[in-house]
Amino acid sequence: MAQIFHHSTNLISRLSIYGGVFILALLSYALYTIGMSPWYTDVNVAREQPVPFSHKHHVGELGIDCRYCHTSVEKSSFAGVPPTQTCMTCHSQIWTNAAMLEPVRASYRDDKSISWTRVNALPDFVYFDHSIHVHKGIGCTTCHGEIAAMPITWRANTLYMSWCLDCHRAPENYVRKREDVFKPDYVPPANQAELGAKLVQEYKIQKLTNCSTCHR
Amino acid sequence: MSPEGSHNTAGATDASGLLRPGHTLGTVTDKISSIVLGRGTTKGWLFGFAIAFALLMLLMVAVTYLLVVGVGIWGINIPISWGFAIVNFVWWIGIGHAGTLISAILLLLKQKWRTSINRFAEAMTLFAVACAGTFPLLHLGRPWLAYWLGPYPNPMGTWPQFRSPLVWDVFAVSTYLTVSLLFWFVGLIPDLATLRDRARSRAAQVVYGIFAMGWRGSAVHWHRYEIASLLLAGLATPLVVSVHTVVSFDFAVSQLPGWHTTIFPPYFVAGAIYSGFAMVMTLAIPIRKYYGLEDFITMRHLGNMAKVMLATGLIVAYGYMMETFMAFYSGNPFDKFSILNRMTGPYAPFYWLLILCNIAIPQLLWSPRFRQSVPALFVISLIVNVGMWLERFVIVVISLHRDFLPSSWGTYIPTRWDWATYAGTIGLFLTLLYLFIRFLPVISIYEMRGLVEETQEGQKAT
Repeated sequence: MAQIFHHSTNLISRLSIYGGVFILALLSYALYTIGMSPWYTDVNVAREQPVPFSHKHHVGELGIDCRYCHTSVEKSSFAGVPPTQTCMTCHSQIWTNAAMLEPVRASYRDDKSISWTRVNALPDFVYFDHSIHVHKGIGCTTCHGEIAAMPITWRANTLYMSWCLDCHRAPENYVRKREDVFKPDYVPPANQAELGAKLVQEYKIQKLTNCSTCHR
Repeated sequence: MSPEGSHNTAGATDASGLLRPGHTLGTVTDKISSIVLGRGTTKGWLFGFAIAFALLMLLMVAVTYLLVVGVGIWGINIPISWGFAIVNFVWWIGIGHAGTLISAILLLLKQKWRTSINRFAEAMTLFAVACAGTFPLLHLGRPWLAYWLGPYPNPMGTWPQFRSPLVWDVFAVSTYLTVSLLFWFVGLIPDLATLRDRARSRAAQVVYGIFAMGWRGSAVHWHRYEIASLLLAGLATPLVVSVHTVVSFDFAVSQLPGWHTTIFPPYFVAGAIYSGFAMVMTLAIPIRKYYGLEDFITMRHLGNMAKVMLATGLIVAYGYMMETFMAFYSGNPFDKFSILNRMTGPYAPFYWLLILCNIAIPQLLWSPRFRQSVPALFVISLIVNVGMWLERFVIVVISLHRDFLPSSWGTYIPTRWDWATYAGTIGLFLTLLYLFIRFLPVISIYEMRGLVEETQEGQKAT
């Protein structure tokens, strides 16, 4: 009886069956990498805004404290996006005719808020409170990244639950002294492990990993 | 499955009555392969397939509507949050267990009477598990997130809840599906080679040829094949017990009266084998009639299946009795009430219908007259199928609708979408079965050939 298949099918079938495991592994790796890439997570992707506000200029070059604009961060769950009046505290005196700042002046004139594009947001089913994090020694730049280097603002972290759990499971790796929380140029010291362990005890930081902590 | 030409019958059942004498290796092969290659698509098959396919389309409609609107289209509510979806899931999984028992356990026990029924019983298992698998997916509020049940590196940084039997189900059912598929496919390889060699068209030759994986029937191939079959049988055997045990844990691990009882694992496994054999019987009788396979699926096969049904039915009856006894013996007022509610509450007619279908009527199988009567066996097997569905309904719905707090009591009334989804899965099952009958040998050709010599010897001896 004549052969039905060319003898190359011997090789092809062996390759595909034994190689199947590797193909599956490769596929899973590819999926994972794509899923964690900025294309999917939008990490480090600058967002377009109605006015090209530069944190690099205002924080990095001028040295304005985070709390000047984000006023409720120490007391409330929401850090606060500044009203146009805050911008006008300076820009009524400097750069008063700059074309770039026309939307700001228009907003102040017409009493209409600027529609900022939200960069850092958590889903509605997550409860997050800024004030407790700030109070316990988590710095602004720990979660929001090197803000002083951002000419346009981007999200520095995935804000995934696994990312939150990284710190909640081991806060000693990320905690700072309270006086360092608002320092935009803070670099964790070489003895972070030691310092962290001390601060966790001093600030009474618990490893809160119960579901209802955040999913209330 | 014994090696062809083997004379070793020590410890194995004798082959009398398993294959009508007068067959040769050629006639056995011709008869079974002609169903696939010789007849083409007959009107009878097409008619049955059309009905099955129509029901499958009903399933498509029901599932689409479910995905768009949500599980509210079903009759589930609080407190009966598990309705038909879970009843049907357990029913289908249970049916699948007979195929694995016949293929694996009877193989290891060297029971020759498994030969003509094991191929389509194993196919039945696969299709039943496929139907069963749709329900845990569909009953999720967001079925498209079903992959969250798996242990993969996820953005949530958590593992699935390994303490939950619902997660164990994921592993148990997917293992069962994988092993059954492998076992069935490996078992098919020599027969696929037969079909490849007898194929009339080039297309059939190529398709069967690909799946036959280059089988030549050489001694080396057979040797490896025997080992592979024994290994797979060894792998599949624990699954017969473990899969339905894990499914029973869905209930037994909870605190609900009527569910929280240790009798559930063995009682569920026995019930699974009971309903599975009933389904094998329900399928075997029309198949052998329509395709003229009475020479291969003999009264001995049907008689043995009836005996297994009777035995497992008695174990299930024992399970019911123990549930009732323990409820009262425990002194727990909630357990006592749950049993009394089954017998006298609003769903009592279902309970008593269950006792009639599962315990009373199958006692007829004690009588050889009923065991040898094909119409009687068909009717009884259908009744047992219904009875086993009712058992899952009684367990799921009646225990849920009245538990600890009377202010939480409720009623479950299945909606048309509940029924449509159920009928639809029957359509899926039958569609796959019809496709199987049309394109694959319903009986294991090489295993039947193995019986030819023994029946010839038996004939010569008399």
